[in-house]
This record gives sequence, C-alpha cells and structure tokens, in this order.
Amino acid sequence: MMQRNSAGSVKETGLYRSRYEHDSCGIGCIAYLDGNPRHETVQQGITMLKNLQHRGAVGGDRKTGDGAGVMTAVPDELFRGVLEGVPLPDAGEYGVGMVFLPREQKAREFCMSEIEQAVISRGMECIAWRKVPVDAGSLGESARQSEPDIRQCFITSGSTEVSSLPQNLYVLRRIIERSIQRREEELDVSQFYICSLSERTIVYKGMFTPEQIDRYYLDLTDQRTASPFCVVHSRFSTNTLPQWRLAQPLRYIAHNGEFNTIQGNIRRQHSREGFMASRVLGNDLQHVTPVIDETGSDSSMFDQVMELFHVSGRSVPHVMMMMIPEAYSPEIMMGEDKRAFYEYHATIMEPWDGPAAVVFTDGRYLGGTLDRNGLRPARYTLTHDGRVIMASEAGVLDIKPGLVRAKGRLQPGKMFLVDLEQQRVVPDNEIKAKISRQFPYRRWVKQRNIELRGLFMPSGVPKLEKRQLLSKQLVFGYTDEDLKTLMVPMAKQGQEAIGSMGNDTGVPVLSDHTHLLTSYFRQLFAQVTNPPIDPLREQLVMSLESYIENESNPLDLEAKQYRALKLSHPILSIRDMVRLRNSGHRDLLPIDLDCTFTPDHTGASLKVSLDHVYAAGEQAARDGYSLLILTDRNAAQGKAPIPFLLAASGLHNHLIKKGLRGKAGIICETGEAREVIHMALPLAYGADAVCPYVAFHTVRDLSEEGLLGVITPDEASDNYVNALKKGLLKTFSRMGISTLHSFFGTQIFEALGLSREVTDTYFTGTISRIGGIGLREISREVQQRMERAFPQHTRQPKLLPPGGTYRYRRNEEAHYWSPEAVYKLHQSVRNDDYAVYKEFSSLMDRAYREYGELRGLMAFRKDCTPVDISEVEPVEAITRRFVSAAMSIGSINAETHETIALAMNRLGAKSNSGEGGEDPERGRPAAPGESRRSRIRQIASGRFGVTTEYVLQADELQIKMAQGAKPGEGGQLPGHKVSEYIAAIRHTTPGVTLISPPPHHDIYSIEDIAQLILDLHTVNPEAEVSVKLVSAPGIGTIASGVAKAQADRILVSGQNGGTGASPLTAIRHAGLPWELGLAETQQSLIRNSLREGVYLQVDGHLKTGRDLAVAALLGAEEFGFGTSLLICLGCVMMRKCHLNTCPVGVATQDPELKKKFRGKAVYIQRFLQFAAQELREVMASLGFRTVDEMVGRVDMLEFQPAVNTWKANQVNLEEILSQEHLHFSHPLHRVRPRYQEPASAWERTLERKLGSWLEEESPKRLIRRKITNRQRTTGAYLSGRIIKRYGPEGLPEDSITLQCTGSAGQSFGAFLVPGVTLKLAGEANDYLGKAMSGGKIILHPQRGSTFRPERSTICGNVVLYGATGGEVYIHGTAGERFAVRNSGAAAVVEGIGDHGCEYMTGGTVVVLGPTGKNFAAGMSGGIAYVYDPSELFDIRCNLDMVDLESVWNASDRKAVRELLERHLKYTGSTLAGMILRDWEAHLPLFVKVIPVDYRKVLERMKMNEDRDGETLSATEEVYDG
Amino acid sequence: MARNRHTGFMTVDRREPPCREKDQRIGDFQGIEGMLSKDELARQSERCMDCGVPYCHAFGCPLGNRMPDYHDELCGGNWKAALEILHETNNFPEFTGRVCPALCEASCTLSVGYEPVLCRHIEMQIAERGWQEGWIKPQEIPWKSGKRTAVIGSGPAGLAAAQELVRCGHQVTVFEQSDRIGGILRYGIPSYKLEKWVIDRRLEQLQAEGIIFETEVTVGSDISARYLRKHFDAVLIAAGASRPRDLEVPGRELKGIHTAMEFLTQQARLLSGDRVPPEEYIDPKGKQVVIIGGGDTGSDCAGTSIRRGAETVTQIELLGKPPEMRREENPWPEWPNTLRTSTSHEEGCTRLWSVLTKQFYGTEGRVRKIGCAKLNWDKSGFSEIPGSDFLLDADLVFLSMGFIPDENDPLADSFSLETSPQGWIAAGRDYASSEPGVFAAGDIVTGPSLIVRAIHHGRNAAAHIHRYLLS
Repeated sequence: MMQRNSAGSVKETGLYRSRYEHDSCGIGCIAYLDGNPRHETVQQGITMLKNLQHRGAVGGDRKTGDGAGVMTAVPDELFRGVLEGVPLPDAGEYGVGMVFLPREQKAREFCMSEIEQAVISRGMECIAWRKVPVDAGSLGESARQSEPDIRQCFITSGSTEVSSLPQNLYVLRRIIERSIQRREEELDVSQFYICSLSERTIVYKGMFTPEQIDRYYLDLTDQRTASPFCVVHSRFSTNTLPQWRLAQPLRYIAHNGEFNTIQGNIRRQHSREGFMASRVLGNDLQHVTPVIDETGSDSSMFDQVMELFHVSGRSVPHVMMMMIPEAYSPEIMMGEDKRAFYEYHATIMEPWDGPAAVVFTDGRYLGGTLDRNGLRPARYTLTHDGRVIMASEAGVLDIKPGLVRAKGRLQPGKMFLVDLEQQRVVPDNEIKAKISRQFPYRRWVKQRNIELRGLFMPSGVPKLEKRQLLSKQLVFGYTDEDLKTLMVPMAKQGQEAIGSMGNDTGVPVLSDHTHLLTSYFRQLFAQVTNPPIDPLREQLVMSLESYIENESNPLDLEAKQYRALKLSHPILSIRDMVRLRNSGHRDLLPIDLDCTFTPDHTGASLKVSLDHVYAAGEQAARDGYSLLILTDRNAAQGKAPIPFLLAASGLHNHLIKKGLRGKAGIICETGEAREVIHMALPLAYGADAVCPYVAFHTVRDLSEEGLLGVITPDEASDNYVNALKKGLLKTFSRMGISTLHSFFGTQIFEALGLSREVTDTYFTGTISRIGGIGLREISREVQQRMERAFPQHTRQPKLLPPGGTYRYRRNEEAHYWSPEAVYKLHQSVRNDDYAVYKEFSSLMDRAYREYGELRGLMAFRKDCTPVDISEVEPVEAITRRFVSAAMSIGSINAETHETIALAMNRLGAKSNSGEGGEDPERGRPAAPGESRRSRIRQIASGRFGVTTEYVLQADELQIKMAQGAKPGEGGQLPGHKVSEYIAAIRHTTPGVTLISPPPHHDIYSIEDIAQLILDLHTVNPEAEVSVKLVSAPGIGTIASGVAKAQADRILVSGQNGGTGASPLTAIRHAGLPWELGLAETQQSLIRNSLREGVYLQVDGHLKTGRDLAVAALLGAEEFGFGTSLLICLGCVMMRKCHLNTCPVGVATQDPELKKKFRGKAVYIQRFLQFAAQELREVMASLGFRTVDEMVGRVDMLEFQPAVNTWKANQVNLEEILSQEHLHFSHPLHRVRPRYQEPASAWERTLERKLGSWLEEESPKRLIRRKITNRQRTTGAYLSGRIIKRYGPEGLPEDSITLQCTGSAGQSFGAFLVPGVTLKLAGEANDYLGKAMSGGKIILHPQRGSTFRPERSTICGNVVLYGATGGEVYIHGTAGERFAVRNSGAAAVVEGIGDHGCEYMTGGTVVVLGPTGKNFAAGMSGGIAYVYDPSELFDIRCNLDMVDLESVWNASDRKAVRELLERHLKYTGSTLAGMILRDWEAHLPLFVKVIPVDYRKVLERMKMNEDRDGETLSATEEVYDG
Repeated sequence: MARNRHTGFMTVDRREPPCREKDQRIGDFQGIEGMLSKDELARQSERCMDCGVPYCHAFGCPLGNRMPDYHDELCGGNWKAALEILHETNNFPEFTGRVCPALCEASCTLSVGYEPVLCRHIEMQIAERGWQEGWIKPQEIPWKSGKRTAVIGSGPAGLAAAQELVRCGHQVTVFEQSDRIGGILRYGIPSYKLEKWVIDRRLEQLQAEGIIFETEVTVGSDISARYLRKHFDAVLIAAGASRPRDLEVPGRELKGIHTAMEFLTQQARLLSGDRVPPEEYIDPKGKQVVIIGGGDTGSDCAGTSIRRGAETVTQIELLGKPPEMRREENPWPEWPNTLRTSTSHEEGCTRLWSVLTKQFYGTEGRVRKIGCAKLNWDKSGFSEIPGSDFLLDADLVFLSMGFIPDENDPLADSFSLETSPQGWIAAGRDYASSEPGVFAAGDIVTGPSLIVRAIHHGRNAAAHIHRYLLS
C-alpha cells in the first residue's frame, strides 16, 4: 500500500522524486510608506492574492489549492487582545512562532515539549501558546486530510540580550528544527513546520486557494490584525501532492520562478559551510548548519541561505544582490564600484540562476528583485496616498486613476526597495551604490585576482610524434569519426557539427560496445517550468568567466581574503598548463595527481587508484596546494587512464565531505575529453577547468595534415576552443543557466546506466534510475581501449577505428535503421506484403533487445488468457490513435508533407503541420473525401505562420515545448533557404533569415503555459490542446503541471526523435528513452488523479506491434510515428537533410532532387495498418479486446533481464515497471474531458450577442466595459468567430470596437483579426497582441490619471509575440521583449524594456522613448524607428544583424509621420503631439534600425530582380552560429 | 581539401573506365581496362554522398570495405590514407579491384535513381598507386606466437587467411595441389581480366612476410590429415570448389567436350609458357564453339575462345533471359538479377536462353552438333516447349554449369569432416569444422562464390583461428 505520512507526502517509489517538483506562482506585496500598521493593508494584500488566483492552480479534486499565503508584520495589537493575562513585552521585543504541529497528539506533544525545552536551553522564555483559530470547512479534501494543528508560541528573550533577539530566534528555530527532525524515524512528525519565528514578521499560509485564505485563518479578518506591509503568494505546483509547508511566503521571501542551478547551489553551500565562521553567530553557527533542508523547495533553500547571510551581518538588499546579481558582462555599462562588488561576491556566492521574481522583506526593508534576464513579470504602482503595490500583474488592486502617482515595472536585474523606516522608495541605483561602496571592493578585487595572462609565457609547447598521438588517441577511444565528424568542423568553423535524423543507436549500457564514461550521462534541459536561454542573441547575460579560488570565510566581510585565479573560460590550453605549472606564483601552488591505474578484471585496481587519488588530493589540499591537477598524461602501455569524470567528481565529493573543497581548485588534464559534453560534464561535477590535451594535439595534427584547408594549427586550436565555448554556453542555456559560475557543480545530468554504488560514491546526488555498470565494467571498458591501443598479439593499428556513432559502420555501434531494416520496410509497403513487414518488425524487436532499448528488456506476462483475434477491435479503430510526428515544410518538402497528411487523413489518423505554418489551400478537399490538411497544428517558439486562421483550421493545437533531437534549443533557417512559398506560409519575407528562439517567449514558467493553453482554447474552442514534452527526469511532475494547466493531451517524446538538423551533442546527450518518460508521466498523473482528464501520447522510434503494446501498457493511448513514415516514402537514412541533398527527394527543396520523390500515401497506410495489425495480435495474446483496456496495465509487463551481455545484465527496470500507482485505483486512461473553466459573465454576454451580429453581412458595433486583470485573452474568442464566419480577411476596419476601462489581464488582443478594434483605457499585462493577425489595439492611461505616461509602464512584457498583422498604439511604456518575433504588425510605443524587437522578421515598430539593452537581437526583418534624443541608442542596440541610420528618405519619413499621426489621433499622446508639432526639429533624432539582410532583400525587390523564387532551397533550422 | 562531397552526385556524371578497343584486345590476352586520370577519380569520388547508412559498405560488400571513407580520402587527395583504409578490410584490393562484380555499386544509394559511384575501378587504382609508390611493402611482424598453421589451398580465401595469420605472429604454411600458387586467381580467371603478374607481385609480399608455400602437395594423398594435425596447431581448409558439374546426356563421351576449367587452366598454362601434351591441347581456332552455362565462367570461355580464333561462339543457358531492369521483387539494395553483358559478350558471342541441352551428336567420335529444346519457365520450374527442338552446330563444347562438392576428394575423406546437406564442408560461424583445430573457409564451405566472399571468409577464419590459438 501507499506510504503517505500525515503531511501528505508520499514515499518515493517508482520514478517519482520529490526533487523534481517545481512551483511557480503569482506574488505581490503592498505597503504604506508611512510604516503605520493598518488592517486594510492586510485586507488589500488578500484582495491582491485573490486577483492572482489564476496564476495558481488547483488539484485533481478541483478544490485543494496548491498553496497560498501572506506575510505581515507581527500583529501586536491582535496578540495583546487575544492573549489576555499574558505579559507581552513591547512590540518587537518578543518573538512569535507560527508553527504547524502534528495533529496526532503524541507527536504534537513531543514537538511542543521539544520547542519548550529548546527555548529554556537557550535562556529564553516561552510565555504562551495560542491555538490559531481556523475554519477548516472551506478546505479541499486533500488539504483537510493533511491539515496540521496550527499554533503560535510567544517567546521572550528571557535572560538573553533583547538586542540579539533576532539572532537568538534564528538559532533557536534551527535547534528546534534539527532536534525534531532527528526523531523522524520513530514518530510521524512530518507535519511539523515552523512557518515563521520572528519578532518582526509572521506568515499565514497553507494548502488552499487564495479565495480560501481569509475564510480559513480567522485572524486575517480580525480588525486588530494590522501591518504596514503585506507580502502575498499564490502557488502553482507541477504536482498535486502539495503540502502545507510548501506554501509561500517563506520567512523572508516570496518567489515566482525557479532556480535552475539549485543542485549546484546546494552543493556549494555545503562546501562553504566547511570554512565558515561568523562574528555575529559565533559558536552558534554549528547549530544552524547545514542550513539547507533539501526536502523543501528551491525557493525555501534560497530563503535558508539568504537568512544565514542576513543574520550574519549583511543587509537583506545586500544578500539579494549577491544571490541574484544583475548581468555585469563587459558590454554592459555599469559603475566600477558596482562591478567590483559583483566580481568580489562572485567568489563568495554563485548566482542563483533562473527565472525569478522575488519579493523580500525583513520587516524594515520591503523590496523586489528580478533575475538578470527579466524572465518574470513584476509591476508596481505608487499612489498619492502613500501606498506601494507590487505584483506579478498590474491591476491586482483597483486604484482610482487620480490616485496613481507612478507606474513601473521591475527591470531585469534591478531592485525595487521600500525603506519603511525612512518611509520612502529607494531607487535601484541609490541602494546599490550605497552597498557597493560600503567597502573598497575595487581595491580588494584588484589585489585578489591572478590572471593567467599575467603569468610567465612559455616559449613552446611539447609536441607529440605522430605515432605517439595515434597511440594516445587509441587509448582514449578516439575514432575516425570523432576526428572527421566532430573535430574537423570545430577546428575549421569554430562550431559544433550538425547532424540529421536523430539517434537510432541504443542506450550505451545495453550495448556490447565500449563507451566512454561520459556517454552514460544525459543532460537535463529546461521545459515548461523554466525557459532555456538563447546564448547567441542574449549573450550579454551569459558568462564563461570563473575563478579558481582559495575560499575563506564568506560570512564576514573583510579586506583580506584570498587570491583567486581568474579564467576567462574554463578550457585550458597545453600552453596554459605549462604556465600554471611553472608560474612560480606564491599563491598558485599546483600539484599533479596521477590518474592512471593497472586495469584488472574486477575493477579493484581502479578503486584502489581512485582512493589513492582522493587521499593524495586531500593531503595536498591540507598541505596548502591550491591547484590539484588530475592528469592522465602518464597513460601508456600497462598504465590505463582513470576515466577523468570519475576522478574529478569523486575528488570533488571527497573534498566536500572533508570540508576542504574550498581550499583548492581541481583541474582536469585529460586526453579523454574532446567534445563539448566532455567539458560540460566535469564542470558540472566539480572540476574548475579542463585541459583536453590530446584533443589539442589532434587538432594541430588535423591542420598539419591539411584536413582543415588553409587553417593554421594555431587558428585551428583557437577555433576548437571557440567551438567548445559556444557549446558550453549552449549546454548551460539548454537548462536556462546563464553563467559558468552557477553551472559549476550543478550536476544537471541524469546517469543512464550507472550502478547506484557508482553514483552514490562518485556522483553523489545524481539520479540513476535503471541501475547499470559498476567499477568492474568501467574498468573493463578502459581495458578494451587499452587493448586496442596496445594489442598484445597483433600489429599495432595504423588507423583509428572508423567509429559508427553518427553513421553506420559495420562492427561498430549498431543502428536500428540498418540496411536490412530500411529495405525490408520499403519492400513490405511497396508490395503490400505483411509477411515482409513481420520480418522487419522481428528484426527491429530483436535489435531493441540485443543492442539497446529499454523495452527490449520487457516481456509480456505469460499467464494471460488470450482472446480470439476476431474479438479484438479492428485495425481501423487502432489507426485512429496514430499521429505523424511534427515535421515542418522546410525540413521535408511539400510533396512529402502532403503525402503524409493524405495518408493519415485516410486512416482517420492525424498528421502534424510541424513548425512553420501551413498553406491554407490544403484546407480544401484534395479530392472527394480526401484531405491534405494537417489536423494537428504546431505552436512552436518561432510562431511562424501561426495566424488566427491557422489556429482555426486545426483539430488539435500542439505546443511544442521541446524536440527529442534537440531539447532546449532553437533553430535557424538561413535567408537563402527561405523561398517564396516558405515565406508566404510563414508570413515572412523571402530571403530573410528566420530564427526560432529556444524558449517560447510566453512560457517561462508553469503558469504561463496555462495562459497559452487558455489563449488557444479561447480562440478555437473546438480544438484540443496538446503539449509536447521530451522524456527527461521529472517529466511526470511537469506533465502534471501541464494537465493542471488544462491541456487535453500530453505527448511524451523519446530522445531518439528525428530532426532536420541539430547539433550532434544534442542528438546524443540530451533527453531520455520514452519508456522512462512515459512511465514516469503515467505514474505521476495517476498519483495526482489527473490521468483521467488527459490523453497521453508517445513517440520516438515506434515501429512494431510490440513497441505499441509496450507503450500502451506503460500508459500511452496514442502513438506517433516520424522517421518510419519517411522511410515508407523512400527515405534511405542518408542523414543529410540539413544539406538539402536528399537523393530520394523526401527532405529536400531542390527542384531536381524533388523529382526523385517516389512516395505514395498508400505506403504509409500499409505500414500503419501492418503495425496496428501486429498490435492486435499482441492484444489477442494478452487477452485485451480494446486498446483502452490495455492502457496503463503495466502489471502485464515483466522484466526480462539481459543475460548474455556484460553491461546490460546490470540493469533493472524496477522503477519503470513499478505498480505502486495502480493502488490509487484512479483511471489509467482518459475517461472524461478536461474541466472547463466556466465562462465569465462577460463572455456569456458576448456569446449571446455574437449570434445576432454574425448573421449580418458587415456588423458594426461598439461595446463598452470595465475590465480587470482576471479577464484574460480578451478579444480572441470574438476573433475566432469572425474568421470562421467571414474568412481570413475578417471585417472592414473598426467594424467592432471594444472599449475597455481598467487593467486588462494577460493576452489582451491575442489572435486579433482585421475589423476588430480594442481600446483600453488603463493598463495591460503581458502578451498584449500575441499572434494578432489584424485589427487594432489602442492603449492609453485612464482619464484622470496624473502620472506621466511616457515615463510609466502601462503595458507588460512580450507584446506582439508572433504577430502577423494589425496595429498597436501605446501611450506609455511597455516591458521587456516588445515586438518579439513580430512578423507583420505595426506598433507605436513610448518606451520599452530590454530585448526589444528580438527575432523580429517583419512589421514596423516606432519607439518614442528609451529602449532597454539588446535591442534588435536576432532581428532579421522589419524596420524599427527609435526616437533617441539622448543619442545613446547605439550602445543599447545589438548590432549583430542590423544597421543604424537616420530617417532620411521620403518613404521612411512618411511612414513614421503617418504612424505618429495615428498614434496622436488614437491615444492623444502628448509626446507624439510634441514631436509632430516640431517635426523637422525632431526628425533628425530618429534612428532607423534595419536588418542588413532585410535591406538587401528590399533593395532587390525594388529593383525587380529575380528573387531566386522557387528555385531556392529550404532546409529547416540549420544552426549556424 | 577541395571537396564537393555533398553535391557531387548532382553535378558529376559517372564515368566508366576506358577499355581497349574490341578489335585490338581480342588479339592478345592482356588486360582490357585502362585507367581514368587521377583528377577524374577525385571527381568521381565526390559523387559519394557519405550516406548515413552506406549500403555499399554495410550491405553490398561482403568484406565491408569502407567506400565512403576511402572516397573521402581520395577527394582530399590523400591516396595513402585511402589505401590504408582499403587494406583494413581487404588484403588484396588489386584483385577485387579487377575482378569483383562490385556488389557495392549495385547497392550504392545512388543506384536508386542515378548511376552508382565508381567504386571498383577506384579500388584498383588506389591499390596500383600503392604498388607504384612503394607503399605496399612486406609488414614487419613484431611478435611470434610459436604456433604453426597450415592452410590448404592457395586461392583468395587461403591467401587472405595466410596473410592474416602470419601477421598475427603465427607460422603459416600454404599447401597447394597445383604447381603454382593462386588457385582460381591463377588458373580460373583469364589473364585479360587478371594478369598474372598482379598475383606474383602480391605473392612476393606474402613470402617476404614469412608464409611458406608448398606446391604440388595434395593433402590426403601426398600428406595425411594426421600429419597435418600433428605438426600444425591449426589447419584451415580453403581448397575451393573445383569439381565441375557434369552434363549427363547422350553423347557426352564424344571428343571436343570439355569442362570450362580444363580450357581456362590450359590457357593460363600456355600463357605461362608451359607445354601441353598434344592429346590434351584444346584448340578453338576456326571452330564453332558452344558454351553450355550462362555464367561468368562461361563468359570467360567465350572471351578466351574468341582470342584463340574461334569461328563462332555461342553461349546457351538453361534459365530464361534476365530482365534488362530490376524486377519489383528484386529491389535495391539487393544484387540486381538483370541481364549483364561482359566484355567477352561484346567481342562476339551469341547468347541463347531457356535452352535445354538434350544430346550431343558427333561424327568420328567428335562432337558436331547439340540437340536442344526450348523451355518454358514458370513458378513451378521449366517445361519443354513441344516441338521446339533444334540443332546447334558445335565442334567444341565447354561445360560451364557450376561446381559441385567432390565426394571423392581425398582431403575431406582424410579429415573425415562433417558436411552440409549440400555436401560442402560444414563449418560453424566460427569457421570451425567438426574436428577441433580444423577450420574451413571459402568455396569449399559455401559452394562456388565470388573472390570477394572468399577473401572475406579467409580473413574471418584467420581471426577465429587466431582466437583459437591464443585460448
């Protein structure tokens, strides 16, 4: 039976791990500057919280919220009132603990007595207990089950100093927490939790929705509960096993977002604690450390570390600056003191990186800060009556326009601070300047840094003889493929190579071939809960700089500290190593730790050598060496190299355990490392820098051999390092991490195929869910490479082995798409020969078992009662569950695309448009009963071709969060490949480069996807919305979040997915097999009773009936096919899609090659019918009559261990085949539609009215209404109806006008269409005009406002994302990423934040005021005009792709003037009026921003030249940069 | 590196290597194929697309020659590397480069809708360049195992195995029944296809590497199996398939009816300067030659007969005429069973298909005519077309109908090995026969097959023998 403790958390069984859980939310705070406590502050806080409800979520029971809470000042008046007879000291001189206690009496009494004892032991006094009055009636079912007994305790300083009450309370709390935790084994004290214990603040929170909070906590409605401020938080968890304790606010903060670097932060905190001392805490430090409680959320850990640094003497804003520093790369203008502050603290604290909006308070300061990239929204309002209101959204409190003094938003990396003592708002600059100048950081930094450049310069570097090199290469397992496929492109072009068609080889642990240890790791990546970053276009937030430091006490601030070696990037050249070794610098003491061993059959010798390395490292650190160089230079015959990752990670862990990690840096000098992943892994596991010396020798040799053309050996090395650097940035950014500093030690990898002994000992904390090889096998793999290099009884090899990872080579790594497999499939579908298909499928099934897929290790249970096959549902019923994988026109050509659609439609299955739009023509029937329409339309990050019409033509809308072959990455379609046809369906200009960003810019967090799903459901209520995820650890919790976000369907994509083009690292090293992802998703959805409302689909190398059966039993009810369909149509696995040279005309746009296309829809039909037929056979044998009966019946599968292989027999599938979740007796497949939010009153009104309007030929209407931030996606439903009724042209301009007043919710005007005008007097939140394809949005402040609009933020972030047409006029300023990926809309705005016009491909933007940083990054089309009286615009503009010039030619002048005139007319903008009044004087102050490519295309078009037209080729997403 | 690897197939047409003119070449027995220029070869190599699944290497070539890799080196101008890559999988590229039917080209991805990449000729040229430049040298063998191995038969399988074994440090003795080393290479393949100096050149290398050749030793009669097993740690039987299938029809005893191998071997001996006793001398000059059997050996008889001045040459085949184009049931990348016209056919040879030989008619004990009938083929087999009998003039007949296991071979007898149902020596996937330490490879295991398969067998057998010897 399920093990669930009283707090509601569940034992970790199956694939579930609590650490996967993510949460995200709405936050807010309110304060009166005068600092007077008021009850209305609390009331207003709660109102705000309720208005943020849609950013939270509710669970499967539709009632239990994920959590909500408020933090206020200690309500002294209330307590004095209710604690009659208790002698309370003055306010601020007693502490109040808000404690969740166990409901069970014994446990509760134990906890209370522990608390009391601790208080006494600290010399303090517990003067009272109070049971907090609550009304449990309002709670949801699961909240009630785990409801704790909530009490407050009142503690006075007793015999201790009153002035040290804050510290004493902190230490006291830690002592209590630790002493109670120690008893966990005997007593269920899981409900115990101290929400807050402070003399200043108190937290009321719990597992409910915002609506429930003040009905539950009666204190909150008590008039005596008064506070000068209130911090609120509404939680959206990916999981519905929320617990009371996980709700926020925490003790200091409320957090919206996610710390991607949490694993690294935890480990670094542990290592810091080894050498911490505090003047303030003194000996009490031992009571508080380790400060991090890893069972909590990332936010709570942040809170814990912040608390430690704060209590030890840094102010709260100071700690925030260290923990969430703004970007300070050299390109960013910044005062020297501030830069020095950040540099100084970089060695003390790594950034807690990731999307984060944090509200913090210590009772005196109240503030907010935003991550460096501005990935969460935060808006504030100051009022004339002295209120400060800040929240995730604008409009959470209804404030009369006349009361508003100013409106603004938190900017990336900036802080907003209220000082309640000084009763004022302190600007970011002031507070930071003050803190930065507290100490002479500049001098300290200068004294401290040792730069590599400054060291002695060696005259030459050692060279390797050719034969020696070959022998080294063989020792480290190099192949010819490594050289030619991986290293040549790196050394030649300075970037990673591209490949196509994904990965069709097995999981290394299941293969009999030897692999490097690094192959057993899979990179994690960001999807849904946090965004990946674009390391190219948003480079200025990225950094590879690092310090190898000799850490010393970080808690106290002192002048002295320590010397740090500053590295501009972590790749050390051979020359650098010579420098370090010979530096003679007194603070750089390097020591070599030899990493070789004599291989044996047991792995014992490896273990001994590792222990020796660790012991030597420990001793060296104690002896004062500051650089531990792990080197395998001495590897030679008889001396095998220790896998460097094992050496590095093990040593790192060992030193942390010994508290010595901070004493010395770890450098890997290894011949094994050559690829990007080989650099990223050691950095993530504890190394500070890597010197891949054999790779450097190899690169030089390649150049000398002439394989790099004219590139000299030095250039080649530089290029190689550059490629590694770019690759590293890509690796971090895939996970949404922006600096190397915070990447260190993050362990953002999952081990796939390592035994738990190995991961526990050497990679502590790394997840390994299928078990796998131990030291014995690792040693054996090294030995095999050694034997290859030094064969005993045969000649020394003259050549490297060919290698067969990226293409097929005989006797190398086996590929599923073998020649036999391809040709058998061709044969079976061409000749309609089921017998040949059976040969194909048995070939595949055998291949999966023999070399490589997890499902090969599963067998169907034998003891079933078969049914006759005639009783099994027919093939037609099964093929309806089939879909084709998303493949865009571009990656494959129109012929192939349409053939697939035709075939799928004939089968009642669904084809997928892929990213990049679809020709609307295809919506019309091809022939009677035939359709070439893709029933599934994809919504990808580029939003290309996502028009309202496109969305309306879909039966299903698929949000692509990641792609199996390259999760966490974007793509690029170079301009010369954008043909007219492609440009037309993507709504861009032919010849203009198209960039798909890595993240969806409207999904940085889980609550954001809920918003996008709402948008899509609103504009096309008939379409189902699906979300495509890639198998990764934690996918189950993400899927639960997605299900809660109202998706109809979740697609779990396997790692092996094909692709038109992707960097090779991504193809091999990111993502997991679908078996893991699917099983985890199924387990998680069922645990959370969410499975019943959502379809589960799977894809990634599904080919045989057996595949489908296993997938169904693991929980999928629908199945996707990709590569196999292309093979049916003639693909021969050339793997050259990215080169446009597909010789069979499938994946090429070349008109000549396209003629070779011989595919027929019937081939696909046959294949899918065969697969369905084979599935029926399996079903019959297992006794299932329908797929529905079969879905999720994991009990029908059993583990069939591999017996004949030396690696695979270490694997187990316990967790995948876990049946724990079946005990919940929740449905195993979808049985009911998702819950639909009831339509709001105003939608109902609209719906009623619409009926009559839409009967008219050209309706003309004006509607007026008030609006609040809870009304979201305004206008989309209407737009959808108009397109349905009137076609894509919509209606004539201004036919329907919606005039709103107030604060609009997110996605105002999304999917707007021609003929609709939205006027908004007030303010708008994020995603205004998202995907609009026409119409007009006019936004200006409400009448009676007294603030200056051109200085105030009245519009949120990410305006006009993916818009293809229409106009937007904003009298005021907007947030970050204005007009991101705009491809056709025109907009006028009076100021914007960072990353304006990012990835824009068309349209016109006029900015009449300041822009933030990084304007026009990745902008390949369209024009922007920026009014720049400061003449500083060029430093804020990213000039990589655009030119700047003045507005001189007539057409430009006319364009700007017309837009300004309209802006003035619609909004009454004073700024526009001022400019227009003195047009000639202001005109020279305009800067025209035009992409270089775009200009060329325009010029060519103008000259009426041939625009290459149809002869142009197009290949999807070639990354070139 | 001027490479145009990815679009070469679209811009460069396949070029066949030049051949000596028909009139000129039939006057002698010298090689037919000429050489394309180095530049042209580099261009031809660019046609290789470096497929993700290279069917040539992975499906077509029994040896698994790495065509994409050597093409890659060749278009980079790196001939030496190309040669090394070839030698990784193939001991004798100069043989296969001349006589292989090029399964690689048949399975080349470009065969789907284009002309395949030129592989065989390039292989030959890479090897020739290696010889010219002196890159192909006897290799030093650093390690001696002290193990002795015997290889019976010196055809392609035996030679390949011998070289692999000697290079693993074992002592190797090759026993050859005939007077010269080379087996089918020497006596089966006409020298206009494979000039014999090509073999001699390679044999020098083999000898220099330490292989001992014993000719005119028939195992089973001259030395016993017992002797071999006693004196050698492992024995490899690679004696080939040389017993021709006979045609038992009336008149078979007439003079002027020879097996193809008799004729081809004699021709090879003549060219080597051997004397042939007059009673054995086969002289096609001025004769009406009929070759029974439509295969490659038959075609070799035709070419040889033409060179020897035959008046007419006719080749008849029992099976029907193959199609010009692939049939659906014989798809790419399978070997296409289509009509193939050899250089010998071009030189003047009438070909007849679906013809059954029923009887030889002769005068004075010599064959003069062949009685034939036409056949009708269907799924169940063939049937004579009633009344289709006809007579074919023939005063010299070569029987070229394949080879069958030799039940009376003293070799198999002497070792008393198990045989396969077809009568060939039974060997497992590890090439081990039923007797421990005795291995078998090549045609004697598989039945008659290609040179390239024989080399493949020889190499694999050697690897298994090596493993056996070390264990």
